[in-house]
Amino acid sequence: MPRFANPTQFMKLSAVLVPWCAAAAALGIGAGLYMALFVAPPDYQQGEAVRIMYVHVPAAWLASLVYGLMALGSAVGLIWRHPLAHIAAEAAAPLGAGFTLICLVSGSLWGEPMWGTWWVWDARLTSVLVLFFLYLGFIALANAFDDQSRGTRAAAILAVVGVINLPIIKFSVDWWNTLHQPASVFRLGGPTIAPVLLWPLFMMATGFLFFFATLLMIRMRSALLEARLRALKFGNPR
Amino acid sequence: MNWQNFFAMGGYARFVWPAYAVAALVLLGLLAWSLGSYRRVQRELGIREEKSPRKRKAARAP
Repeated sequence: MPRFANPTQFMKLSAVLVPWCAAAAALGIGAGLYMALFVAPPDYQQGEAVRIMYVHVPAAWLASLVYGLMALGSAVGLIWRHPLAHIAAEAAAPLGAGFTLICLVSGSLWGEPMWGTWWVWDARLTSVLVLFFLYLGFIALANAFDDQSRGTRAAAILAVVGVINLPIIKFSVDWWNTLHQPASVFRLGGPTIAPVLLWPLFMMATGFLFFFATLLMIRMRSALLEARLRALKFGNPR
Repeated sequence: MNWQNFFAMGGYARFVWPAYAVAALVLLGLLAWSLGSYRRVQRELGIREEKSPRKRKAARAP
Protein backbone atom coordinates (compact mmCIF):
# COMPACT_ATOMS: atom_id res chain seq x y z
CA MET A 1 0.00 0.00 0.00
CA PRO A 2 2.58 2.65 0.92
CA ARG A 3 4.15 2.04 -2.45
CA PHE A 4 1.08 3.39 -4.26
CA ALA A 5 0.63 6.00 -1.65
CA ASN A 6 2.72 8.76 -3.10
CA PRO A 7 1.25 11.11 -5.68
CA THR A 8 3.71 10.17 -8.44
CA GLN A 9 2.92 6.49 -8.10
CA PHE A 10 -0.77 7.31 -7.97
CA MET A 11 -0.59 9.28 -11.23
CA LYS A 12 1.10 6.36 -12.97
CA LEU A 13 -1.21 3.71 -11.58
CA SER A 14 -4.43 5.66 -12.14
CA ALA A 15 -3.47 6.45 -15.74
CA VAL A 16 -3.54 2.71 -16.37
CA LEU A 17 -6.61 1.95 -14.26
CA VAL A 18 -8.98 4.71 -15.42
CA PRO A 19 -9.75 3.30 -18.90
CA TRP A 20 -10.35 -0.20 -17.51
CA CYS A 21 -12.60 1.05 -14.74
CA ALA A 22 -14.48 3.24 -17.21
CA ALA A 23 -15.05 0.24 -19.49
CA ALA A 24 -16.23 -1.88 -16.56
CA ALA A 25 -18.59 0.91 -15.51
CA ALA A 26 -20.09 1.21 -19.00
CA LEU A 27 -20.45 -2.56 -19.26
CA GLY A 28 -21.97 -2.95 -15.80
CA ILE A 29 -24.45 -0.11 -16.15
CA GLY A 30 -25.33 -1.16 -19.72
CA ALA A 31 -25.95 -4.78 -18.77
CA GLY A 32 -27.66 -3.69 -15.55
CA LEU A 33 -30.05 -1.42 -17.46
CA TYR A 34 -30.86 -4.17 -19.94
CA MET A 35 -31.54 -6.70 -17.18
CA ALA A 36 -33.48 -4.22 -15.07
CA LEU A 37 -35.75 -3.05 -17.88
CA PHE A 38 -36.12 -6.15 -20.07
CA VAL A 39 -35.14 -9.29 -18.17
CA ALA A 40 -36.42 -8.79 -14.63
CA PRO A 41 -40.13 -9.62 -14.31
CA PRO A 42 -42.70 -7.17 -12.94
CA ASP A 43 -43.47 -7.65 -9.25
CA TYR A 44 -46.70 -9.49 -8.45
CA GLN A 45 -47.72 -6.69 -6.07
CA GLN A 46 -45.92 -3.62 -7.37
CA GLY A 47 -46.11 -4.32 -11.09
CA GLU A 48 -43.61 -2.40 -13.22
CA ALA A 49 -42.99 0.18 -10.50
CA VAL A 50 -40.57 -2.29 -8.93
CA ARG A 51 -38.06 -1.38 -11.65
CA ILE A 52 -37.29 1.77 -9.67
CA MET A 53 -35.51 -0.59 -7.27
CA TYR A 54 -32.67 -1.16 -9.75
CA VAL A 55 -31.73 2.51 -9.52
CA HIS A 56 -32.71 3.15 -5.93
CA VAL A 57 -30.96 0.28 -4.15
CA PRO A 58 -27.54 0.43 -5.88
CA ALA A 59 -27.53 4.22 -5.39
CA ALA A 60 -28.32 3.71 -1.69
CA TRP A 61 -25.49 1.18 -1.32
CA LEU A 62 -23.02 3.51 -2.98
CA ALA A 63 -24.23 6.47 -0.91
CA SER A 64 -23.22 4.69 2.30
CA LEU A 65 -20.11 3.02 0.90
CA VAL A 66 -18.71 6.27 -0.46
CA TYR A 67 -19.35 7.97 2.86
CA GLY A 68 -17.45 5.19 4.63
CA LEU A 69 -14.51 5.64 2.26
CA MET A 70 -14.63 9.41 2.61
CA ALA A 71 -14.56 9.14 6.40
CA LEU A 72 -11.74 6.60 6.22
CA GLY A 73 -9.73 8.90 3.97
CA SER A 74 -10.40 11.79 6.33
CA ALA A 75 -9.32 9.74 9.36
CA VAL A 76 -6.11 8.58 7.65
CA GLY A 77 -5.44 12.17 6.62
CA LEU A 78 -5.97 13.47 10.16
CA ILE A 79 -3.95 10.77 11.90
CA TRP A 80 -1.09 10.00 9.52
CA ARG A 81 -1.17 13.18 7.39
CA HIS A 82 -1.06 11.04 4.33
CA PRO A 83 -0.76 13.26 1.23
CA LEU A 84 -3.41 11.42 -0.80
CA ALA A 85 -5.97 10.70 1.91
CA HIS A 86 -7.61 14.13 2.13
CA ILE A 87 -7.46 14.47 -1.63
CA ALA A 88 -9.33 11.17 -2.00
CA ALA A 89 -11.93 12.19 0.59
CA GLU A 90 -12.57 15.54 -1.07
CA ALA A 91 -12.74 13.95 -4.51
CA ALA A 92 -15.26 11.40 -3.26
CA ALA A 93 -17.65 13.84 -1.56
CA PRO A 94 -19.57 15.19 -4.59
CA LEU A 95 -19.86 11.66 -5.98
CA GLY A 96 -21.35 10.39 -2.73
CA ALA A 97 -23.70 13.36 -2.62
CA GLY A 98 -24.80 12.48 -6.17
CA PHE A 99 -25.59 8.88 -5.27
CA THR A 100 -27.47 10.03 -2.17
CA LEU A 101 -29.51 12.45 -4.27
CA ILE A 102 -30.39 9.66 -6.72
CA CYS A 103 -31.39 7.46 -3.78
CA LEU A 104 -33.62 10.15 -2.27
CA VAL A 105 -35.33 11.18 -5.50
CA SER A 106 -35.89 7.64 -6.79
CA GLY A 107 -37.13 6.63 -3.35
CA SER A 108 -39.59 9.47 -3.37
CA LEU A 109 -40.79 8.49 -6.85
CA TRP A 110 -41.22 4.94 -5.58
CA GLY A 111 -42.94 5.99 -2.35
CA GLU A 112 -45.75 7.94 -3.99
CA PRO A 113 -47.30 5.00 -5.93
CA MET A 114 -46.51 2.34 -3.27
CA TRP A 115 -46.96 4.11 0.06
CA GLY A 116 -49.17 6.93 -1.15
CA THR A 117 -46.69 9.61 -0.11
CA TRP A 118 -43.56 11.23 -1.54
CA TRP A 119 -41.96 11.59 1.85
CA VAL A 120 -42.33 10.64 5.50
CA TRP A 121 -40.13 11.74 8.38
CA ASP A 122 -39.30 8.25 9.50
CA ALA A 123 -35.95 6.90 10.61
CA ARG A 124 -34.66 5.50 7.31
CA LEU A 125 -35.64 8.41 5.13
CA THR A 126 -34.52 11.01 7.63
CA SER A 127 -31.15 9.37 8.27
CA VAL A 128 -30.45 9.25 4.51
CA LEU A 129 -31.41 12.91 4.25
CA VAL A 130 -28.93 13.59 7.07
CA LEU A 131 -26.32 11.68 5.03
CA PHE A 132 -26.99 14.02 2.11
CA PHE A 133 -26.51 17.06 4.35
CA LEU A 134 -23.33 15.58 5.80
CA TYR A 135 -21.94 15.39 2.26
CA LEU A 136 -23.00 18.97 1.55
CA GLY A 137 -21.57 20.13 4.88
CA PHE A 138 -18.28 18.39 4.13
CA ILE A 139 -18.03 20.05 0.72
CA ALA A 140 -18.95 23.47 2.12
CA LEU A 141 -16.49 23.23 5.02
CA ALA A 142 -13.64 22.02 2.81
CA ASN A 143 -14.02 25.18 0.74
CA ALA A 144 -14.95 27.60 3.50
CA PHE A 145 -11.50 28.87 4.53
CA ASP A 146 -8.91 30.97 2.77
CA ASP A 147 -6.33 28.72 4.32
CA GLN A 148 -7.12 25.50 2.54
CA SER A 149 -5.57 23.20 5.11
CA ARG A 150 -7.91 24.53 7.81
CA GLY A 151 -10.94 23.76 5.65
CA THR A 152 -9.60 20.31 4.92
CA ARG A 153 -9.14 19.57 8.63
CA ALA A 154 -12.56 20.91 9.62
CA ALA A 155 -14.28 18.91 6.88
CA ALA A 156 -12.33 15.78 7.79
CA ILE A 157 -13.42 16.04 11.43
CA LEU A 158 -17.05 16.41 10.31
CA ALA A 159 -16.70 13.33 8.08
CA VAL A 160 -15.28 11.23 10.91
CA VAL A 161 -17.92 12.32 13.42
CA GLY A 162 -20.66 11.75 10.83
CA VAL A 163 -19.77 8.06 10.55
CA ILE A 164 -22.18 7.54 13.46
CA ASN A 165 -24.94 8.04 10.88
CA LEU A 166 -23.98 4.93 8.86
CA PRO A 167 -25.09 2.29 11.39
CA ILE A 168 -28.17 4.41 12.04
CA ILE A 169 -29.06 4.20 8.34
CA LYS A 170 -28.36 0.48 8.21
CA PHE A 171 -30.34 -0.49 11.30
CA SER A 172 -33.00 2.23 11.17
CA VAL A 173 -35.40 -0.24 9.56
CA ASP A 174 -34.98 -2.65 12.48
CA TRP A 175 -34.80 -0.21 15.40
CA TRP A 176 -37.79 1.95 14.59
CA ASN A 177 -41.18 1.54 13.01
CA THR A 178 -40.89 2.65 9.45
CA LEU A 179 -42.65 2.50 6.14
CA HIS A 180 -39.39 1.41 4.60
CA GLN A 181 -38.96 -2.33 4.23
CA PRO A 182 -36.18 -4.12 6.14
CA ALA A 183 -33.01 -5.37 4.47
CA SER A 184 -33.64 -8.11 1.93
CA VAL A 185 -30.19 -8.55 0.38
CA PHE A 186 -27.40 -8.01 2.92
CA ARG A 187 -28.88 -9.82 5.92
CA LEU A 188 -28.03 -12.78 8.13
CA GLY A 189 -29.40 -15.91 6.55
CA GLY A 190 -28.99 -14.66 2.99
CA PRO A 191 -31.13 -12.60 0.65
CA THR A 192 -34.90 -12.99 0.68
CA ILE A 193 -35.41 -11.86 -2.88
CA ALA A 194 -35.24 -14.06 -5.99
CA PRO A 195 -32.00 -14.40 -8.02
CA VAL A 196 -33.75 -13.03 -11.11
CA LEU A 197 -34.08 -9.76 -9.19
CA LEU A 198 -30.67 -9.98 -7.53
CA TRP A 199 -28.65 -10.22 -10.72
CA PRO A 200 -29.73 -6.93 -12.26
CA LEU A 201 -29.29 -5.37 -8.84
CA PHE A 202 -25.71 -6.57 -8.49
CA MET A 203 -24.90 -5.75 -12.11
CA MET A 204 -26.11 -2.20 -11.65
CA ALA A 205 -24.31 -1.88 -8.31
CA THR A 206 -21.07 -3.11 -9.89
CA GLY A 207 -21.51 -0.60 -12.70
CA PHE A 208 -22.09 2.20 -10.17
CA LEU A 209 -19.05 1.08 -8.18
CA PHE A 210 -16.74 1.22 -11.21
CA PHE A 211 -18.30 4.51 -12.25
CA PHE A 212 -17.42 5.85 -8.80
CA ALA A 213 -13.87 4.43 -9.00
CA THR A 214 -13.34 6.02 -12.42
CA LEU A 215 -14.53 9.45 -11.40
CA LEU A 216 -12.73 9.26 -8.05
CA MET A 217 -9.40 8.69 -9.82
CA ILE A 218 -10.08 11.41 -12.42
CA ARG A 219 -10.99 13.87 -9.67
CA MET A 220 -7.91 12.96 -7.62
CA ARG A 221 -5.73 13.41 -10.70
CA SER A 222 -7.35 16.82 -11.21
CA ALA A 223 -6.63 17.82 -7.62
CA LEU A 224 -2.99 16.74 -7.87
CA LEU A 225 -2.49 18.61 -11.14
CA GLU A 226 -4.23 21.61 -9.59
CA ALA A 227 -1.72 21.56 -6.72
CA ARG A 228 1.14 21.46 -9.21
CA LEU A 229 -0.39 24.33 -11.14
CA ARG A 230 -0.69 26.40 -7.95
CA ALA A 231 2.92 25.67 -7.09
CA LEU A 232 4.01 26.80 -10.56
CA LYS A 233 1.90 29.97 -10.40
CA PHE A 234 3.30 31.01 -7.06
CA GLY A 235 6.79 30.16 -8.11
CA ASN A 236 7.68 27.44 -5.65
CA PRO A 237 7.71 24.19 -7.57
CA ARG A 238 8.47 21.19 -5.41
CA MET B 1 -42.07 -6.70 -28.09
CA ASN B 2 -44.54 -3.88 -27.85
CA TRP B 3 -42.72 -0.58 -27.27
CA GLN B 4 -45.86 1.30 -26.36
CA ASN B 5 -46.48 -1.15 -23.50
CA PHE B 6 -42.84 -0.93 -22.54
CA PHE B 7 -42.89 2.84 -22.22
CA ALA B 8 -46.21 2.75 -20.39
CA MET B 9 -44.57 0.68 -17.59
CA GLY B 10 -47.93 -0.78 -16.59
CA GLY B 11 -49.26 2.67 -15.76
CA TYR B 12 -46.23 3.60 -13.64
CA ALA B 13 -44.42 5.46 -16.42
CA ARG B 14 -44.56 8.79 -14.59
CA PHE B 15 -42.68 7.28 -11.65
CA VAL B 16 -40.30 4.81 -13.30
CA TRP B 17 -38.91 7.02 -16.08
CA PRO B 18 -38.22 10.09 -13.96
CA ALA B 19 -36.31 7.85 -11.51
CA TYR B 20 -34.09 6.60 -14.32
CA ALA B 21 -33.82 10.08 -15.82
CA VAL B 22 -32.67 11.64 -12.55
CA ALA B 23 -30.06 8.92 -12.10
CA ALA B 24 -28.78 9.46 -15.66
CA LEU B 25 -28.77 13.22 -15.23
CA VAL B 26 -26.85 13.16 -11.94
CA LEU B 27 -24.28 10.60 -13.11
CA LEU B 28 -23.70 12.24 -16.49
CA GLY B 29 -23.51 15.63 -14.80
CA LEU B 30 -20.81 14.39 -12.42
CA LEU B 31 -18.96 12.84 -15.36
CA ALA B 32 -19.06 16.01 -17.47
CA TRP B 33 -18.02 18.20 -14.53
CA SER B 34 -15.14 15.95 -13.47
CA LEU B 35 -13.83 15.47 -17.01
CA GLY B 36 -14.24 19.17 -17.75
CA SER B 37 -12.16 20.32 -14.80
CA TYR B 38 -9.57 17.61 -15.48
CA ARG B 39 -9.15 18.78 -19.08
CA ARG B 40 -9.00 22.41 -17.99
CA VAL B 41 -6.26 21.89 -15.43
CA GLN B 42 -4.35 19.69 -17.87
CA ARG B 43 -4.49 22.41 -20.49
CA GLU B 44 -3.47 25.16 -18.08
CA LEU B 45 -0.62 23.08 -16.75
CA GLY B 46 0.57 22.37 -20.27
CA ILE B 47 0.70 26.09 -21.04
CA ARG B 48 2.47 26.89 -17.77
CA GLU B 49 5.07 24.19 -18.13
CA GLU B 50 5.70 25.26 -21.70
CA LYS B 51 6.56 28.71 -20.37
CA SER B 52 8.76 27.51 -17.55
CA PRO B 53 12.31 26.89 -18.85
CA ARG B 54 13.27 24.73 -15.89
CA LYS B 55 10.42 22.34 -16.57
CA ARG B 56 11.21 22.26 -20.26
CA LYS B 57 14.73 21.16 -19.55
CA ALA B 58 13.42 18.50 -17.18
CA ALA B 59 11.03 17.25 -19.84
CA ARG B 60 13.87 16.80 -22.34
CA ALA B 61 15.91 14.71 -19.96
CA PRO B 62 15.46 10.97 -20.50
